[in-house]
Formats: sequence, structure tokens, C-alpha cells
Amino acid sequence: MSLKQRADRQAMPCQDAQVRRHNFDEVALGYTEEQAVTEATRCIQCKNPRCKAGCPVEVLIPEFIQAVAERNFAEAARLLKERNALPAICGRVCPQETQCEEKCILGIKGEPVAIGRLERFVADWEMAQPEVKSEAPAAAPKTGYKMAVIGAGPAGLTCAADLAKLGHDVTLFEALHVAGGVLMYGIPEFRLPKAIVAKEIGLLQELGVDIQVNMVAGKTILVRELLQKGYDAVFLGTGAGLPRFMGIPGENLCGVFSANEFLTRTNLMCGYQFPRLNTPVSVGRRVAILGAGNVAMDAARTALRLGAEEVTIVYRRSAKEMPARAEEIEHAHEEGVKFQLLTNPVEIVGDENGWVQSMTCLRYELGEPDASGRRSPVPIPGSEFTIDVDTVIVAIGTDPNPLVTKTTPGLDLNRRGNIVADDDGCTSVPGVFAGGDIVTGAATVILAMGAGKKAAQAMDAYVRNKAAATAQ
Amino acid sequence: MNEILKKESLSPAVKLMVLNCPFIAEKAQAGQFFILRANELAERIPLTIADYDREQGTITAIFQEMGASTKILGQMEVGDSILDVVGPLGVPSEIEKFDAPVIVVGGGVGIAPIYPVARALKEAGNEVIAVIGARNRELIFWEDKLRAVTDELVICTDDGSYGQKGFVTNAVVDLHTKHGKIACLWAIGPMPMMRAMTNVTRPLGIKTIVSMNPLMMDGTGMCGACRVQVGNETKFACVDGPEFDGHLVDFDLALKRLSIYKNEEKRAIAHMEHQGGGCGCH
Ligand SMILES: Cc1cc2nc3c(=O)[nH]c(=O)nc-3n(C[C@H](O)[C@H](O)[C@H](O)COP(=O)(O)OP(=O)(O)OC[C@H]3O[C@@H](n4cnc5c(N)ncnc54)[C@H](O)[C@@H]3O)c2cc1C
Ligand SMILES: Cc1cc2nc3c(=O)[nH]c(=O)nc-3n(C[C@H](O)[C@H](O)[C@H](O)COP(=O)(O)OP(=O)(O)OC[C@H]3O[C@@H](n4cnc5c(N)ncnc54)[C@H](O)[C@@H]3O)c2cc1C
Ligand code: SF4
Ligand code: SF4
Ligand code: FES
Ligand SMILES: [Mg+2]
Repeated sequence: MSLKQRADRQAMPCQDAQVRRHNFDEVALGYTEEQAVTEATRCIQCKNPRCKAGCPVEVLIPEFIQAVAERNFAEAARLLKERNALPAICGRVCPQETQCEEKCILGIKGEPVAIGRLERFVADWEMAQPEVKSEAPAAAPKTGYKMAVIGAGPAGLTCAADLAKLGHDVTLFEALHVAGGVLMYGIPEFRLPKAIVAKEIGLLQELGVDIQVNMVAGKTILVRELLQKGYDAVFLGTGAGLPRFMGIPGENLCGVFSANEFLTRTNLMCGYQFPRLNTPVSVGRRVAILGAGNVAMDAARTALRLGAEEVTIVYRRSAKEMPARAEEIEHAHEEGVKFQLLTNPVEIVGDENGWVQSMTCLRYELGEPDASGRRSPVPIPGSEFTIDVDTVIVAIGTDPNPLVTKTTPGLDLNRRGNIVADDDGCTSVPGVFAGGDIVTGAATVILAMGAGKKAAQAMDAYVRNKAAATAQ
Repeated sequence: MNEILKKESLSPAVKLMVLNCPFIAEKAQAGQFFILRANELAERIPLTIADYDREQGTITAIFQEMGASTKILGQMEVGDSILDVVGPLGVPSEIEKFDAPVIVVGGGVGIAPIYPVARALKEAGNEVIAVIGARNRELIFWEDKLRAVTDELVICTDDGSYGQKGFVTNAVVDLHTKHGKIACLWAIGPMPMMRAMTNVTRPLGIKTIVSMNPLMMDGTGMCGACRVQVGNETKFACVDGPEFDGHLVDFDLALKRLSIYKNEEKRAIAHMEHQGGGCGCH
């Protein structure tokens, strides 16, 4: 195929930055059919597609893109779903620039094919066509095995779906009152509409998965009991939901929130619809966000939408090291989020009523590379300065929640409290499998899904082998 | 599930509800709580498990109508189901056999949560003294129930309309004088009452456990809304507590943190009353 005359990478139509910073509607509007087809024809259909190797679940990228180019969207959807159960979600939230698109051959000299945007287009197209909707793959005959899945984030949802497709009876236990994990409580509506997540969860119910919400493993139910009560295997997909704080003075003042609290109040509890919905969320005039990952960008952009006048990302490294997806950083910039880089707070100062008033910070410079290979930030002596803020949102990372791991004897954990599991999700306890953030630490949606998929296969093999062994 | 099986008014603003929650009843222990969400529009609020019946699969909640959520709950009737109920949450009370009498103190609606603690202490073989207090006679409840699981019951009212006149703190000082040694004391009630209690027991050298009631949302350690300062450490009351060594708790900070959503809480009530007003604009 000739390289000349190739169209430019199609830009994603978006809500205007000045409009969207005041609403919770989705920012990216999605390709039109014409844009999608034009973008798809940019792909040169490599014989050895490098893009595929960049995708943790090896989506059939050139194949589905070819179908889009041929306007056979139904076929494109079928191809996509062969490897990825949640394309509408991944197309929106995958860090494509470090995965599939990073590897795309076109990226060497110009701009890579917009694989994520095409993925989203196909998934959205399919959702909008009930009559052509590719029927859910016929479930295998019932095996009679009972499987428990704990945690309904992307890892648990994927694992449950695959187990159900294999013919097992699956019960999914979730601590919160809705399934979805971070997709529901963390990632904001304006980036991932909750209706899309709800639709995917609906498909799970169609597959016969019994979703039990309000069940906290380690409290309401114990893993050990599940195994005693007739479950043949258990999958743990409880995520990394424990917010970290900085450990600096003033961190418990009124007006200091974890990003989890701030985002959960807004997303899961729909605090932006207060008081029609009953959960309050509050934001001041001047807001500092500590951290520069996806969570920090989401918190910053949410703060703007809730009416903050000035929102500043405070991060101790430089722009290059910011871990958030490129698109989110760009969107945050466009919406007017400010960035105080090479800066770190040493104290949060409160007024006489216990409310945040200001934050004392130090300036940093980049020194020698550290263990992660990134140049480590070093404080500049005497560089102290103060910024006036009335809300501080801490988004410096999360740790695994110990509720399940502490109540499951014999389960090996690493130093950080993550469950030790092999590539197939096997843990040190026979019959107990794990995957997603609870194993890897905070990572990505697609990696969690990949782990859930692998574990489903391993659980299937485990129950069959065990049955074969006892039959002998 | 989650059906209201029984509803009673214990005093003008305090209601009792028995809920059909077999999963929670099966595991519940003294000192634990649960979180409920009344309906699709409601917030998640924590309430103590004031009693449980494992055979019947029920739990009992006693709540004071404070703001929008507790008022909405108070309007629900027998036969209605609460949309979401989750628990038991929190660490159970550390019950042991002490070598001297123990005191449980309940103030106001805090009379309810001391009941399961008193019962557990009694079952462990302790000499248990209960002190309950409220503004006036109307606000005292569960006297008989507490009497059945304690060796001594002292009732205090601020206005002297029932029991002895005065605060629960005075009663505790008297009990200490009378018994010579008190092994341990549980104080549950409004934060100012718990703070006052710790100020009284500190010089007397009585180990004092308080049950903290900060703002909560998920109740699983995920949001950090419930953080309290205990000694030099930050603790999440929903998973590390809610019971803590009262002599180490920073009550001033905890009280301030309770007011984080003060303005929103007023708006919530106004909105609720406005809606109830039948103005037809919603
Ligand atoms: C704000 C935010 C933005 C993000 N943005 C992106 C992005 O743009 N792209 C991307 O790829 N990744 C993003 N991530 C990361 C991504 O969401 C996670 O890596 C992914 O969700 C992990 O999936 P999981 O299934 O392992 O866990 P989770 O999604 O955390 O789900 C775990 C589930 O288990 C439940 N649970 C926990 N404990 C228990 C228990 N004891 N009993 C029962 N249930 C329990 C939880 O309530 C939750 O529902 C973001 C994360 C956050 C917080
Ligand atoms: C572990 C624990 C156990 C509790 N047990 C009981 C009990 O057995 N009986 C009882 O009457 N009350 C109990 N409470 C307090 C009860 O949760 C609050 O009174 C209730 O949430 C108020 O909600 P509201 O919307 O009606 O009032 P609002 O007007 O919203 O608030 C009134 C006051 O209640 C507190 N409050 C508000 N929201 C919350 C929240 N989400 N979590 C905690 N406190 C909040 C604040 O101090 C606030 O100023 C307990 C609290 C905790 C943390
Ligand atoms: S799932 Fe994610 S990484 Fe894989 S192709 Fe789709 S967008 Fe790329
Ligand atoms: S590497 Fe790029 S051009 Fe090649 S097949 Fe993949 S998407 Fe198409
Ligand atoms: S209530 Fe959210 S961490 Fe305790
Ligand atoms: Mg309220």
C-alpha cells in the first residue's frame, strides 16, 4: 500500500473547553462514521503488526481496523470483542500512547493510527444498533461448578464474564452498592459515562452472573467460608483502593480530602446533583491537587466543574514525568488547570476553625536517576513559599485494602501488601486466584481485565483437574 | 432483604427499627456498625448495630433524626425495604474478663450502642455498671434491657426529671469513689460528652474506650473521610475503629471535622422540606 496521500490523523471532536469546564457531560464526542473510515484507511495493515504487541490483551487491531475501512462495523465489533470484552471502556480510558499506539509503525515518522478512538467508535456504534447487536456468545453447557468473584472492578467483571461463558455458576460479591469499581466511583462521568459501564454490567447479568452488592469480603463474608460453603474456586479482584496521604502536618484539617473521597462523592454518589441527590460534596475557591496521575487530573477537572475558581496541580517532578494519560493532561490544560511543577508541600496550614488556609511548599530540582530510571526530585534548600488554598485534594496513590488479605490465612503478600500471584492468577492458597490492582498495585483498566481473563482460564482448569484427580 | 420488621418511637426524635438482614446478623458483634442508603437519592449513613438476633436474622438500629437522611429513614414504615444495607463494619469491641468492675456510659442516642457492649462484658463474666444520661426523662430508653445485662444502672438527667440530676461524668466520679477501682470504661455518645468523659477519667487513671462517629461514606477504608487523629497517628475510624483509646483521641479536631458539610446539610433539609411542601416545582 502506498504511503503517499495518507490523510492526517483525525482529531477527536470535543466539547469546547470553556463550555465543558462547567458541565459533567462527556468531553470527547466520538468520531463520525466518515472520520472513522478516514482514520481506518490510514492503517497500512502491517504484515507484522507492532501495534498488537503493545496491547496487553492483543486486540486484533489491523483486522478490526480493516473492517472499519470497509464500513463493516458489525464485523469490526465482533473482531474487537474476541479479545476485549469492554471496548467502549478501553477505547476511552486506555493510555494508548504508551500501549498500542506507541508501537504503531506510523508513529515513527508521523502520527500513529488512532486505535483507541476507532475502538471507541466501533463499540459505540454497536451499542447504538440493538437490531444488529452481535448476540452474546452462547454460554457453554452448565458445568455445575460454583465460582465466587470478589470485587466488581474491571478485573472481577472480566473474570466473572469469562467464567460464566465457560458454563460455571458465578456469584460476584461487591462491597459498594453498585458494581464497576473504579469505573463507577473513580473515573468521572465526563470521561467515562456511567451509562456505558452500566450497560456492560447488564451484559454480565444476561450471562447469568449473580451480582451481590453490599457484601464486604472480610466482614460480611470470608474467603475461607466461601470455599467451605461449596464454592470451588474464588477470584480476588479487590483493587488498590486505600488512599495514601503525605504524612505532613495539617493533613487532617477540614478541606483536605483524598481524591477517592472527592471523586466518589461526585461520581458514585452524584454529588454534583446535590441537593436533589443527598450526598454533599464541597469545593473551595482555590484548590490544590497533590499528584499528577490520572486520578489527579480527574480530581482537578472535577473541582473546576464543581465551581472552583483556580485549580492547581502540585507535583514534585517535571512535566515529562507526569504519569497521567497525555490526553487528560492536555484536556486539563485546555480547561484552565494550572500546574506548579517541581513543587512539593511540607505543611498545610489551617485557620482557627480548622479549615485549610494555605500550603507551605518547597521548590525542587531534578537530580540523579532513581531506581525507576526517572530523575529523582531534590528539594532546593531555602526555597519555601506559600500558596493560598482552601481545598487540598491528595492524589498521590493508593495501597491495597487489607480487609480481605488480613482475613484469609495462608495468603502470601509482598512487602506492600499486594497479593502474590503468578501469571495465571494462582495464589499461595489452593483454589484462590487474584488479579488486577490488588496484585500489581494501581495500574490500568486493560491490565486488570487481562488478569481477570487469565485467571478465569486458570480457575476453569483448576476445578476440572481437581475433579479429574478425585475421580481417579 | 433489608425489610423493616418493626418500628418504634423511643422518644420524640429517637426511633428504633428492626431490620431483616441475615448476613449482618450472622456476623455482628458488639462495637460494630452498618451503613445504609435509604433510597436511590439518599446518601450512605452509618448507624451502630444496637442489637442483633442471629436466629431471626435481624439487626436493630436506633437513630436520632438529625438531618435529611435520618428524617427520610424515620418516614419509612414497617414493610418498607431499605435499598442498601452493608455490614457488619468496624472492629468489634475488645471484650475480656477484667479484675475489677467495668463501666459503660451512654449519652443520648449513645444509650443504644452501649447495650451490646454491656451484654458482651457481662457474658465474659464481668461486673458491669451502666451509666446512662440524657437531657430529660423523655429521652431515656432501654432502661429494662440494660438492667438485665448489668449489675448496677445509674440514670442521669440534666434537669433531674428522672434518676439523679447532673451529668454522666459526675456519676462516674461517684462510682469510682464507691468501688475504689474501675478496670475499664466505655463511653459512647455525642463527641462533647465523650471528650468530657476522657477529661474526667484521665486523672483517675481509668482506661477509657470511646466510639468515634466521624463522617463516613464507604465504610471500607476507601475514602478516608472518617480519619481521626489518635496519638500521633491518623486512623480510619471505619476500619481501624470506631473504638479508640479516648485519652489519645484529638477531639477538638474530630469535632471540627464533623462540621465539614454543615452548609450542605442545611441545604439538604431545606430541599427536603421544600419537596415535602407539595409546591409542585420538583
Ligand atoms: C480516578 C482514577 C482514574 C483512573 N484513570 C484510568 C485511566 O484513564 N486509564 C486506565 O487504564 N486506568 C485508570 N485508572 C486505574 C484503573 O481504574 C485501575 O487500574 C483498575 O480499575 C483496576 O481494576 P481492579 O478490577 O483491579 O480494581 P478496582 O477497579 O479498584 O475494583 C475493585 C472492586 O473491588 C471492590 N472491593 C474492594 N474490597 C472489597 C471487599 N473486601 N469485598 C468486596 N468487594 C471489594 C471495590 O469496591 C471495587 O468495586 C484510574 C484510577 C482512578 C482511581
Ligand atoms: C460508626 C458510627 C455509628 C453511628 N451510630 C449511630 C447510631 O446508632 N444512632 C444515631 O442516631 N447516629 C449514629 N451515628 C451518627 C449518624 O451517622 C449521623 O447522625 C447521620 O449520618 C446524620 O445524617 P443526616 O443526613 O440525618 O444529618 P445531617 O444533617 O446530614 O448531619 C447531622 C450531623 O451528623 C453528622 N453526619 C452527617 N453525615 C454523616 C455521615 N455520613 N457519617 C457520619 N456522621 C454524619 C455530622 O455531625 C452532621 O453535622 C453514627 C456515626 C458513626 C460514624
Ligand atoms: S484495549 Fe487498549 S491497548 Fe488494546 S488496542 Fe484497545 S485501546 Fe489499545
Ligand atoms: S502498526 Fe499501525 S499501521 Fe501497522 S497495523 Fe498496527 S495500526 Fe495499522
Ligand atoms: S468511611 Fe471511607 S474510609 Fe472510612
Ligand atoms: Mg446528611
